[in-house]
Amino acid sequence: MTMKPMVSVTNARKVFDVSQPWLERVLSGQDKQMLVAVDDVSFTIKKGETFALVGESGSGKSTVARMVTGLLPASGGKFSIDEVALDPKHGYPLSLRRRLQMIFQDPYASLDPRWRVGQIIAEPMKAFGLARNEDEERARVSRLLTLVGLDPADAIKFPHQFSGGQRQRIAIARALASDADVIVCDEPTSALDVSVQAQILNLMKDLQRDLSLTLLFISHNLAVVRYMADVIGVMYLGRLVEVARVETLFAQPRHPYTRMLLDAVPDLAMTGRSRQPVQGEVPNPISPPSGCTFHPRCPLANARCQKEIPLMIDGVACHAVQEGRKA
Amino acid sequence: MTPESVKTPVLELRNLVVEFVTRHGTLRALDGISLSIAPGEVLGVVGESGAGKSLTGAAVIGLLEPPGRIASGEVLLAGQRIDQLPMEELRHIRGKRIGTIFQDPLTSLDPLYRVGEQLIETIRTHLPVTEQEARERAIALLAEVGIPAPEKRIDGYPHEFSGGMRQRVVIALALAAEPELIIADEPTTALDVSVQAQIIAVLKKLCRERGTAVMLITHDMGVIAETADRVAVMYAGRVIEIGPVRDVVKSPKHPYAKGLMGSIPALDERPERLLQIEGSMPRLTAIPEGCAFHPRCPHVIPKCHESRPVLEHVGAGQVACFLHEVRS
Repeated sequence: MTMKPMVSVTNARKVFDVSQPWLERVLSGQDKQMLVAVDDVSFTIKKGETFALVGESGSGKSTVARMVTGLLPASGGKFSIDEVALDPKHGYPLSLRRRLQMIFQDPYASLDPRWRVGQIIAEPMKAFGLARNEDEERARVSRLLTLVGLDPADAIKFPHQFSGGQRQRIAIARALASDADVIVCDEPTSALDVSVQAQILNLMKDLQRDLSLTLLFISHNLAVVRYMADVIGVMYLGRLVEVARVETLFAQPRHPYTRMLLDAVPDLAMTGRSRQPVQGEVPNPISPPSGCTFHPRCPLANARCQKEIPLMIDGVACHAVQEGRKA
Repeated sequence: MTPESVKTPVLELRNLVVEFVTRHGTLRALDGISLSIAPGEVLGVVGESGAGKSLTGAAVIGLLEPPGRIASGEVLLAGQRIDQLPMEELRHIRGKRIGTIFQDPLTSLDPLYRVGEQLIETIRTHLPVTEQEARERAIALLAEVGIPAPEKRIDGYPHEFSGGMRQRVVIALALAAEPELIIADEPTTALDVSVQAQIIAVLKKLCRERGTAVMLITHDMGVIAETADRVAVMYAGRVIEIGPVRDVVKSPKHPYAKGLMGSIPALDERPERLLQIEGSMPRLTAIPEGCAFHPRCPHVIPKCHESRPVLEHVGAGQVACFLHEVRS
């Protein structure tokens, strides 16, 4: 397969300055405090596939998503969509921006409450000059509403007249309004109930198949990711620790953290699979552990893990796996 | 696991109705809830937002926010009615006989007091012990819930603890006065999965050791499957199915319970499509006549529009659905 990747991220890095205000810092003699939220993250997504980033809170997955879309300036690294690079100063060129859209977690915050649904969905068309006149615009809005399972008559309503699931459908319609083919979804169903989540996940899969969308899907829920993703990247404290195709990752998780995460998910199938409660919690990212940041919680850690940051080799960043070390 | 035992249930709800009197009329948020929890049993209460599961917990401990009120029905704690007790007496029961754990540990802990002070206060309010005995007890409790170096940590403030550690402190607080019943409302929802598993394990172990009954309210079926003995599934303010956890999770009988279980993505398989229930939970202002689920139900029959099904015994559990009445 020599197909060019649709989305490419190389050595992404983001550092946040979390210092006290200058005066307080000087008075109390503190140094600047830096939080490395994302470090050395690289991955590619093929056209029409879904790449999922999973991890616990503070792992940096949303930060990656916001850097890929250009919403958040990166501290380092290269980003490109369909071989068009993100310029650190000017973002993506206009021709590409149309093709890249985002869906957010909270459908109550992502839709302007004072705009009618029709206006919300027509906004990207206006921004990119996609409709020649108002009739065409209305016709497209109707088509989009039907596409996401709403009624064209809903265009004159306001967001508050819809439930959470319906609002997320509106957000999807808006994302598709500019004929986008790369969609970044940041926890799109985390705020929804399970039965509504199923509706939205099914809708997203259908749309992906019909419109050959490329998705970057951010989630903390492994079961959702298992349903949606083709390739999964597992993040821990700002770094990718394992990247694998979905079947491989669930059948043979390799990184100790991936195994731990899979182990921690409650067993709904009630197979009686033995579960080891995970030890410890995610450390404070301001002062992460040395070497491999997972070493204090890792059952396989040794002296090397405390000193050396493991490199991503063949889909896994772990000294123990690379050395073939066993517990 | 635990069948309807001959012993008096720790908690029994009989036809509990909770109403909110508003400008738009009287809204019925809980409509005839009947259930019981045996000593040492964990009853899971599940449902989606708006089903009334948290309200059920709040009604038991007398913490309904006005204008919510218990309109009819009974709440019995160890066979004794508590729904009509004056506030003062109920306040004493909360904490002493019923412990509570809420979703956000920061709302249960006072940020201005050391963890130890809060534990000691709770212990001394409810048990006749000296300050020194209470402190020793508090340290022992912190050790039991898995807080390392409890003799040091007892003098820490809540903000010095991580999210998971705080929830452990809240569990210690809930257990401090040796209650008969714990009401845990979404105790792990605010936590990361790896920490969730730890908290559930601690809660389960301690309640089992002490024989404390637990009402575990959550929307997370995974947590229920792992922890509960029996499960009650709620929809639009009603219990629509209740039974042993294995039956309800593996072979639910009510069409809503079936849809709910089928719509949860699983870890060990990848279906082509997730099972999907059309529509969403009705609002309180517009609960359908008859069976509240009928507009969304794939198996609806004319009778469902008119009359409301009651819980009937089906197998080891109970289901409120005419389909099962017809069959049996």
